[in-house]
Amino acid sequence: MAELQLRDIRKSFGAYEVIKGVSMDIKAGEFMVFVGPSGCGKSTLLRLIAGLEEITSGTLSFDGRVVNHLVPSKRGIAMVFQSYALYPHMTVFENMAFGMQLAGKDKQRCRKRVEAAAEMLQLTPYLKRLPRQLSGGQRQRVAIGRAIVRDPTVFLFDEPLSNLDAALRVATRIEIARLHRSMHNTTMIYVTHDQVEAMTLADRICVLRDGRVEQIGTPLELYEHPNSTFVAGFIGSPKMNFLSETFAMPFDADTIGIRAEHLVIDQEGGLWVGNVVHSEMLGSDSYIHLDIGAAEPLIVREGGTSSHKPGETVRISPVAGQIHRFDAAGRSIGRTEMRGAA
Amino acid sequence: MTDLTVADPATALASRRHINSDLRAQRVRSAWVFLAPTLLVLALVAGWPLVRTIYFSLTNASLTNLAGAEFIGFDNYLTWITLKSGRTIYRGLLADPAWWNAVWNTLKFTLISVSVETVLGLVVALVLNAHFPGRGLVRAAILIPWAIPTIVSAKMWAWMLNDQFGILNDILLGLGLIGQKVAWTANPDTAMVAVLIVDVWKTTPFMALLILAGLQMVPGDIYEAAKIDGIHPVKVFWRLTLPLIRPALMVAVIFRMLDALRIFDLIYVLTPNNAQTKTMSVLARENLFDFDKFAYGAAASTMLFLIIAGITVLYMWFGRVNFEGER
Repeated sequence: MAELQLRDIRKSFGAYEVIKGVSMDIKAGEFMVFVGPSGCGKSTLLRLIAGLEEITSGTLSFDGRVVNHLVPSKRGIAMVFQSYALYPHMTVFENMAFGMQLAGKDKQRCRKRVEAAAEMLQLTPYLKRLPRQLSGGQRQRVAIGRAIVRDPTVFLFDEPLSNLDAALRVATRIEIARLHRSMHNTTMIYVTHDQVEAMTLADRICVLRDGRVEQIGTPLELYEHPNSTFVAGFIGSPKMNFLSETFAMPFDADTIGIRAEHLVIDQEGGLWVGNVVHSEMLGSDSYIHLDIGAAEPLIVREGGTSSHKPGETVRISPVAGQIHRFDAAGRSIGRTEMRGAA
Repeated sequence: MTDLTVADPATALASRRHINSDLRAQRVRSAWVFLAPTLLVLALVAGWPLVRTIYFSLTNASLTNLAGAEFIGFDNYLTWITLKSGRTIYRGLLADPAWWNAVWNTLKFTLISVSVETVLGLVVALVLNAHFPGRGLVRAAILIPWAIPTIVSAKMWAWMLNDQFGILNDILLGLGLIGQKVAWTANPDTAMVAVLIVDVWKTTPFMALLILAGLQMVPGDIYEAAKIDGIHPVKVFWRLTLPLIRPALMVAVIFRMLDALRIFDLIYVLTPNNAQTKTMSVLARENLFDFDKFAYGAAASTMLFLIIAGITVLYMWFGRVNFEGER
């Protein structure tokens, strides 16, 4: 059980500032996901929490105790690396037991803990194997197992799924979610650039941009009430449609954003009209790319299979109350309907 | 693929096996074609001289009369006559105290120099693997002793070790560590030490570089995992770094060992004609050319070859057994 407090954390490498003053509270037992594009500082922030990098300024505390200068092993953390970071010359068992054995823990207890973790992750048949004799997914489970054995109060994941193929990624994601439920006393911090992972795993998501916190909130809060065009564009798939200039003016905004599922085809009284340039059929639903004369084609979601072919003219309307409005700086100014809209 | 599944399974399997063996034969053929030039060159530059040397070691050849050499069996290696008095006199290389002295010198030199170079090389490699400003420059600079031709560095050191004018005596006298000038390279007590110092100075960089290459193969993230596991740096070295660079270390040691076992140039220049440092190679050359005992020298060369081959095979055999036992 650990509650984390970050207060104006900064990190510079030489003259280059990577983390530019991050403050947040992470509740005990919470699953917090740091998400953002590459280079936003999310991995660095995790490494600062782990103690693998030194904090340049600001304070980091676990349960009110400042840990800025504690070595990683004294922070009560465990970490799962993107590259697994298994010891290549040790068996699965030795990999999981290594830290505990060298800490001089009781051999019998050490064995029990490793076996319990292996059982939980279905690794029992592989305990005598070397990492190189395992598949990517199994290796990642060993890395998770090694972390579990440490019995951490804070569990850190650094893009643990990005080296796995798509099917395995989904399976391992579910396993991590299950792990969180079974270790509900353990605070988990998870770094990813994949917004689907963030949405499905997180209790709360922290969107980072260029070394700063852009927005923190539950997945649905971020989805429904993005603070900025950046968050609005980052969370959700397909990406939110943005319209500006003449399209946005009637809504008293510099830019408006509408999600694909909030645009409906309305051949009679549609607000905007355009040509279909492309359509993607996913089976359960279809995405129609519509050129209405804006900078980029609008993406419109249609349930089931679409009958609209490229070249066809289609009229669409936004769903009332689902238009996100943003000012010139990209900040949200709330949702509204059009002035005097029909 | 579809054709195969439609066909009768047994026929399909048979034809696939046929294709496989055809493919295999073709691969083996092209492998031999590609290897042929190398094998030919090796046969010319290594095989033929070796065969000639072994042949001459079984004759009474002399430098002036190579063509008229007569076959005398193993007499160069070992022969004996029993005198009327009943005393047996052994002759030949294997009964020659000078030869066994050279063998002993060589083994001593190899064992000490390779051990010291391995440990020092490891230390240097660990330092060079750490991040510090000017690392690239230091990495290049450390190679200088290795880049200097042995003859040059041996002469250079011979001058520094010179009993009358050498800088080493001057410094040690100045510090009061020695009472009188020492003839480092001539004195029987210090000749081997002098040779070892120069060899270590010259070859440690090579060792360091080979080990550094091994160190750079170790993934950096496992050190971070070890940090999180809270493993003491000393234990990290013994339990992670050393086992992981073991293969590179084994290769480096065998390279150095082969070099050390046939050391010639450094000793020939630094301590000529010193019984304390005379190695197998030096002795072989001496007999081949200086003493005009060409066949005898050839026998010494052959023995040197057999000893090196034997040690190498043993080393690789033990090395592999351990290697697999540990994994």
